[in-house]
Amino acid sequence: MICRCVAKTLDFAAQTARLMLGVPDYDAYVDHLRTVHPNQPPLTRDAFFAARQQARFGAGGLRCC
Amino acid sequence: MQHTRPTLSGTLIWGGMAVLGAASLGILAFHRGETVNALWLVVAALCTYAIAYRFYAKYLAARVVCLDAGRPTPATLRHDGMDYVPTNRFVLFGHHFAAIAGAGPLVGPVLAAQMGFLPGTLWILAGVVLAGAVQDFLVLAFSVRRDGRSLGDMIRTEMGPFAGTVASVGVLAIMMILLAVLALIVVKALAASPWGTFTIAATMPIAVGMGLYLRFVRPSGVLEVSAVGVVLLLILIWLGGRVAADPALAHVFTLSAPTLALLLMAYGFTASVLPVWLLLAPRDYLSTFLKIGTIAALALGIAVTLPALHMPPVTRFIDGTGPVFAGSLFPFLFITIACGSVSGFHALVASGTTPKMAGTESDLRLIGYGAMLAESAVAIMALIAASVLQPGAYFAMNAPASVVTADPGTAASIISGWGFAITPDALTALAHRVGEATILGRAGGAPTLAVGMATIFSNVLGGDRLMAFWYHFAILFEALFILTTLDAGTRVARFMVQDFAGMVIPGLARGLPATVIATFIAVGAWGYFLYQGVMDPLGGINTLWPLFGIANQMLAAIALTLCSVILFKLKRQRVAWVALLPTAWLAVCTLTAGAEKILSPNPAIGFLAHADRYAAGIATGTLLAPAHTQGQMQQIVLNDHVNIALTALFLAVVSTMLVCGVRAALAARANPHVTAREAAYDMPLRRQNA
Repeated sequence: MICRCVAKTLDFAAQTARLMLGVPDYDAYVDHLRTVHPNQPPLTRDAFFAARQQARFGAGGLRCC
Repeated sequence: MQHTRPTLSGTLIWGGMAVLGAASLGILAFHRGETVNALWLVVAALCTYAIAYRFYAKYLAARVVCLDAGRPTPATLRHDGMDYVPTNRFVLFGHHFAAIAGAGPLVGPVLAAQMGFLPGTLWILAGVVLAGAVQDFLVLAFSVRRDGRSLGDMIRTEMGPFAGTVASVGVLAIMMILLAVLALIVVKALAASPWGTFTIAATMPIAVGMGLYLRFVRPSGVLEVSAVGVVLLLILIWLGGRVAADPALAHVFTLSAPTLALLLMAYGFTASVLPVWLLLAPRDYLSTFLKIGTIAALALGIAVTLPALHMPPVTRFIDGTGPVFAGSLFPFLFITIACGSVSGFHALVASGTTPKMAGTESDLRLIGYGAMLAESAVAIMALIAASVLQPGAYFAMNAPASVVTADPGTAASIISGWGFAITPDALTALAHRVGEATILGRAGGAPTLAVGMATIFSNVLGGDRLMAFWYHFAILFEALFILTTLDAGTRVARFMVQDFAGMVIPGLARGLPATVIATFIAVGAWGYFLYQGVMDPLGGINTLWPLFGIANQMLAAIALTLCSVILFKLKRQRVAWVALLPTAWLAVCTLTAGAEKILSPNPAIGFLAHADRYAAGIATGTLLAPAHTQGQMQQIVLNDHVNIALTALFLAVVSTMLVCGVRAALAARANPHVTAREAAYDMPLRRQNA
């Protein structure tokens, strides 16, 4: 019970940290594609990361002062 | 909004909080004695934030924007798992906060501390509640209602293409001055500091190593790689101390300000042309974690040590004669502290990726209004860190070299003459404790903040032994994320230049030569102001920070004008005051400050008067410091004229946008129908009847 709670918290923190870097949740992406576009093969984890990186920084990646 | 009767416990809790916050502010304002504890500042800020979030933000959400938890958001309508993803509200809060928090809220309050901590505190608190958080929240909410469109897009569709183009010119100009002033802060911190220069230089190979690993070995291991990178950085800081202690190595990394400025321009050019995965992205990862970690550590350090504030609540420099920046409390305090109170840049972020990831409209109060309150708390912490220093040391660090000279003896006597007693030994000892040859004339916020943070951190961990480590940690952290802004900003500016070029001559917009030329223009534009700042006898920050503040507040005025117009077009003009009030205040501040920067007869403030002084010198053949030749005299006059043109451009942009805004609002008021262009939404029947 405690272990599951800790694991869940860590997972949550990792998800927050990744999104701070501009990388959304990969599992959610795969789930979404499976349910909505079952014929479309999802990107691999690595390709997903590369695509997100390019999307975030390709045009400069606007951030605050 | 349903009206519920206030409960007794609720009344007691919120009433108590109001009394506590007011009492804390009273203690800060009327305390007469050597020092006052930072606890009162923290309590006053937290009570203000809680009350504002509970009542005002709720009012904005329920009565002004009329958030509807059942209305689909772009994330749910266009869910693609990548750009549009319904995201947990706390995760999205983290994303949004990381995107808006930067160097701004750390630097502005440090500079404003020259007037004492009270004026800055009051403006940070009042500004964020009534202007900054309102802007962030409204822009975010309006963007969510418009398919996650950008600020520029919204201005074009709601106010017309002309207003849209004027706003984009304004954004490009503010980018240039922002990048110049940020680069100048780095130069000020690293000049003649082998320790700092070494650690910053060594971050590049680390970032490239991370980039290569992420590209070719394990792309998805971004968190592990970043963690390793942060540990390497900490080792580097320790190594930097060794480098500084070795005379031969220290010589290599001891660079003058002009050299550093040229190196930064070369860096900005290279980093923005290289593939992003190699340098830009991994550097951003490092700086993001360092930023969040440092902010958390600073909050913890302040909470644990509850340091005493040595800066008086109000100093004599509210009259405008301060050495850090020239100009009286109104309007210059209100443009000096931008981020932390209200920052136009946030309007760009709040209409960027965040609106595409909100799962439901009811999350927007936390993300838009809440994240800005958190950023304001960072500004309050920076103000505390600056006020922890002995005022004498604060002024020694922040007054320009031409005012305090480079000799600790003379500097101490000048500053003591202002009423802030300090001995030459104390200045030398402080420099020694943080591992620097001198701390004099290091304006720009970063070093002051670093000494303040080092003082706070070393009280928690390591004592005096680790003071130099913490100082260089703070310098590294600030310089790192400023450099990230620099390369990313240069890239953004390059695309904007290419877009403008493409508008005039189609075909010029893409291709390698176009990229190189556009990058050259972008770097040249901010590099010009950077170099001018480096050569400035008043230290550059004195001239450039007010221009940056004016530009940033101008952008906020534009964003809030858009929000006012949208409220009129929604036929909600009865509640439009929430946006009109801060728009009017920012317009008054930027227009007054801009006019004073151009027209003030005081050469320390007015560019015209300053140019006239040097022009008169040229006419009579006399040399005025810091110029050593007639050529330099002419350069100074030219710089003044460029600054006048830029300030005039800002004034023209903000005036034009205000006129466009008034016209659009009047037209909307005359029209009996709702004319705002929100994304279509079929209202459920029960709502129409309600």
